Amino acid sequence: MKKKLISIVISVFITTVSFAQDTTDISKLLEAQLKAEDQNKTQYITATFKTTRLINGHSVENTAKGVLDLKIDHRFDPIGGSSGGAYNFFGLDHATMRLGFDYGLTNRLMIGIGRSTEGKIFDGFFKLKILRQATGKNAMPVTVSYVPTIAVISFRNATIYSNFSRRLNFTNQLIIGRKFTEGLSLQTMPTIVHRNYPVDNGPQNVFAIGVGGRQKLSKRTSFNVEYYYQLPAYKVPGTYNSFSVGFDIETGSHVFQVHLTNSTGMTESSFIPQTIHSWGKGEFSLGFNISRVFTIGKKHNKTW
Amino acid sequence: MKKITAAIFIAFLIISINAIAQTFFTRNGRITFFSKAPIENIEANNNEVTSILDTQKGEFVFAVLIKSFKFQKALMEEHFNENYMESNTFPKANFKGTITDLSKINFSKEGYYPVTVKGDLTIHGVTKTIEVPGTITVSQGKINAHSEFSVKVKDYNIKIPAIVINNIAETLDITVDCKYEPYKKN
Repeated sequence: MKKKLISIVISVFITTVSFAQDTTDISKLLEAQLKAEDQNKTQYITATFKTTRLINGHSVENTAKGVLDLKIDHRFDPIGGSSGGAYNFFGLDHATMRLGFDYGLTNRLMIGIGRSTEGKIFDGFFKLKILRQATGKNAMPVTVSYVPTIAVISFRNATIYSNFSRRLNFTNQLIIGRKFTEGLSLQTMPTIVHRNYPVDNGPQNVFAIGVGGRQKLSKRTSFNVEYYYQLPAYKVPGTYNSFSVGFDIETGSHVFQVHLTNSTGMTESSFIPQTIHSWGKGEFSLGFNISRVFTIGKKHNKTW
Repeated sequence: MKKITAAIFIAFLIISINAIAQTFFTRNGRITFFSKAPIENIEANNNEVTSILDTQKGEFVFAVLIKSFKFQKALMEEHFNENYMESNTFPKANFKGTITDLSKINFSKEGYYPVTVKGDLTIHGVTKTIEVPGTITVSQGKINAHSEFSVKVKDYNIKIPAIVINNIAETLDITVDCKYEPYKKN
């Protein structure tokens, strides 16, 4: 008898519960459902920077999988100083350039190669996103990337470069970046540059801390700053810290970066230890980077 | 006596299941949109649409996470989120509407029913009342809803700059496909 009662009570209870649901507002039900789902999902933060370079150096951004990014970068001579002025058309008479390609092997691993005028340098690197800034289930406050770069100086000089290993420079860089708001992203870049044979009488190992960031001015434009501070104990004598301000303009699949910088090199082992121009003396140059992306890999998302 | 109790129990259970079954749910609804423009066609696909259907009231609610739209090109996806939909500010699109000709549908009977749904569509923070045609298919206790309609980008305050006017259509064709199952409380 007791059992019977219990089962009847249970049945009535189930029925009541289900009828109670009749009056549930489905909008509220949906909200509750979404809230529960949000906690189980990891939402990665995208577009921390417009492109893979901040100004001279790397940003924390990668190209997506299967995307090829053609880079055409120019640095003119300084606007002021001995190689600038009206006679030299404010530095525009002469430019150095770097031509390069970046390619996304996966969404987290990018490789790149380049060739610079200065020192006839070939460079190659990869950029691995170790951590990705995210919200939700696997929340992460910052994106951390590791960028090792090798630069080969192919300039012909048999006396200086008596063997091949003297031509090699290595850079190890960590980039820790965060998109604070839709407009503001900041990053710091601890860097070690190792030169096998420094011709500038500087140390073999140069330690530098980079800081930089961007503030969006509109949806398609942003203002950028980049500064590399060489730790005094390791600084190359007679050089200056690289400081640059720039402006990004995005138009469809191009990103144009226009900037003023005291560096003329465009690989880490050039512009970090070998910036010989000084902002204080008016020796800053006009420069620009052009980035054009091509989707050459398989479709970005194959799930559909 | 035991049999009677069991019968009562089962009867109540059936009643309760029926009562529950007036709320139908999906979290894998699919929405695609298609933009046809002179230079390029753009297609995007979202397989994570959450929607609930109340068959008694004929009411639909939809929530669409903008960041879940997948494109052929990564850059399209980035621009879609950053420049057009501003998905950080407006992370979701919503729709809440009712079937205007609910009496035509018998949700407990298998069949194919053309319907009209009228309601409020919110995209990019702008809400507009729309009326769209669709079909409802009832089969094996599940409900399929399908609809094709178009929206004008301009209506939702999404600006297309002149430079890409030949890349992005002013009117987008939207397809909605949802397979609903009876809602079970977690």
